[in-house]
Amino acid sequence: MASKPKILIYGYGNPGRQDDGLGAAFIAEVDKWVTEQKVENIALDTNYQLNIEDAHLISAYDKVIFVDATIEPIDSYSFTKVIPSDAKVEFTMHAVSPAFVVDLCQKLFSNTPEAWLLHLKGYQWEFEERLSDQAKENLSTALNFFYKIIFRELDWQEIIN
Amino acid sequence: MSKKITIEPVTRVEGHGKVTIHIDAQGNIQQSRLHIVEFRGFERFVQGRPYWEAPVLVQRLCGICPVSHHLAAAKALDVIVGAGTGDGLTPTGEKMRRLMHYGQVFQSHSLHFFHLSAPDFLFGIDGDVATRNIIGIALTNPELAVQGVMMRKFGQEIIRATAGKKIHGTGAIPGGINKHLTIDERDEFLKGTDPLNADKMVSWAQGALDFFKGYYLANKDFVDNFSHFPSNHLSLVRKDGALDLYHGVLRAVDSEGKKILHDVDYQEYDKYIEEEVKSWSYMKFPYLKEQGKEKGWYRVGPLARLNTADFIPSPLAQREFEIYKALTHGKPNNHCLLTHYARLIEVLHSAEMIRELLSDPDLLKGDLVIKGQKQKEGVGLIEAPRGTLFHHYRINDHDQIEMANLIVSTTNNNEPMNKAVNIVAKAQMTGQEVITEPMMNAVEVAIRAYDPCLSCATHALGKMPLELTLVGPDDKIIDRKRS
Repeated sequence: MASKPKILIYGYGNPGRQDDGLGAAFIAEVDKWVTEQKVENIALDTNYQLNIEDAHLISAYDKVIFVDATIEPIDSYSFTKVIPSDAKVEFTMHAVSPAFVVDLCQKLFSNTPEAWLLHLKGYQWEFEERLSDQAKENLSTALNFFYKIIFRELDWQEIIN
Repeated sequence: MSKKITIEPVTRVEGHGKVTIHIDAQGNIQQSRLHIVEFRGFERFVQGRPYWEAPVLVQRLCGICPVSHHLAAAKALDVIVGAGTGDGLTPTGEKMRRLMHYGQVFQSHSLHFFHLSAPDFLFGIDGDVATRNIIGIALTNPELAVQGVMMRKFGQEIIRATAGKKIHGTGAIPGGINKHLTIDERDEFLKGTDPLNADKMVSWAQGALDFFKGYYLANKDFVDNFSHFPSNHLSLVRKDGALDLYHGVLRAVDSEGKKILHDVDYQEYDKYIEEEVKSWSYMKFPYLKEQGKEKGWYRVGPLARLNTADFIPSPLAQREFEIYKALTHGKPNNHCLLTHYARLIEVLHSAEMIRELLSDPDLLKGDLVIKGQKQKEGVGLIEAPRGTLFHHYRINDHDQIEMANLIVSTTNNNEPMNKAVNIVAKAQMTGQEVITEPMMNAVEVAIRAYDPCLSCATHALGKMPLELTLVGPDDKIIDRKRS
């Protein structure tokens, strides 16, 4: 029997800035589920932002789902395939994109995990450690989607296309 | 026809900094300014909150250097809980905090060098923009790129072990620290699987320094003449004059090395430092009161620290410090690009300090917290990666913060960054018909040397990529480039 793929779910953002904490909140919820279900092939991690060392982190996995808040005009969430990209690093920016991390992983560590970005729509960004009500709803909707693709073992590619 | 060039960022949320460069009809640079156009009033936000929350609350400021804010706030609150002004903690409390701080400096400086600056040195500031980044390094010099990634990771792991977690670390608390290092953690950092161990980090730090020294030798004229201007320099130094990134007294020297702030107690910083507000920027302009607004501005950060310190208390970094100081015959170094040289000496120093601290048994046992007579007010200073960081709090009878003042490193470097932009713009753009990407990058290179964090400086959420726009006298956009 083929071994299960090693999966990393990686949420990022600053929970001290309201809805920017959606990534970390998502991971906190999945952590409860992983513990309850005794899921062994899913690892979880969080940070304020993605950075170059994450290329090394993701090199140990087969599949990676990045989870981040967004202000982009999407519905409650979006789930898109991450295409490795070496798009130019922005001036003095101290963070990088999922596409950049995957590309760096490929070039430095000769591994390219399949990667997706789960974007959760956020609305408020003030100095407060509390999600807005709308963001909480979006979190719940996105979690349902996540459990569906994991439980039903659907082909993720089918879902996002 | 006169022109205005604007370098403006695109941010995830609102707010940003931008650079405007005004060019007259003859192509001469008339004026250039780094504008900061957003403000979030963090000092007002913390008012009314219980003081003990501050070390965690301040991490909301920014995801780039939360550890520096965490420690500066904790140091200010040490004073409030009666634990002294930075050197009164238990040995375990102080050493754990130092380990956290050196981990922060190590990873932040490594990120800056390998990710943001090295591409300019490897490929030239006029190199192909498509490859002038760490991916370009990965393709042409993968060993160097891997080192950058792993050095950053090592520092982050030190932070995780000392602060407790990556996000909203809780390690430093008023009066001390809330945990010891475990033996397993200590052994992993000291003897861990290659390359993630302290010896390798020291070795790679030396390699990065050699890389820069090689670049400098080959490009001495360019480096020495790029955005070179005299300034005052300010930082903490240990009481005996040693470089100390965690604690000390406040010292400033002028461009010739004369002391103009004589190792004063930073609890009284507001006796010596004033902040000027200018109408075109939300970022304040600090200056030394005695020297006045015009002459009292100063630089902070790696370049400044190696100008104020008399020596470095770790052997390998001290040897490099002596070579570095000989370049300017012991006088202060005012070369903008040699900030990178100074930064890499600090990387080596941090690696040495991490290795030394990890061998100290006080990290594994001993009292964590000390408290004494409560005070109403406290100031915490730390040498953050980008420079001196000030946190100042006053509390009321209900233990709530009633006043907070933060002067962040990037704010301290406000005037020098403006000077740097002006000098480079004049050198690169005067008389030019077309503003090219390399010219824009030259402006960015000058600012980048200071490793600014506008997110902190304006207390905003966001990133700070820049956009450069060329505008004619009628405010019509002639050209725009985004980086």
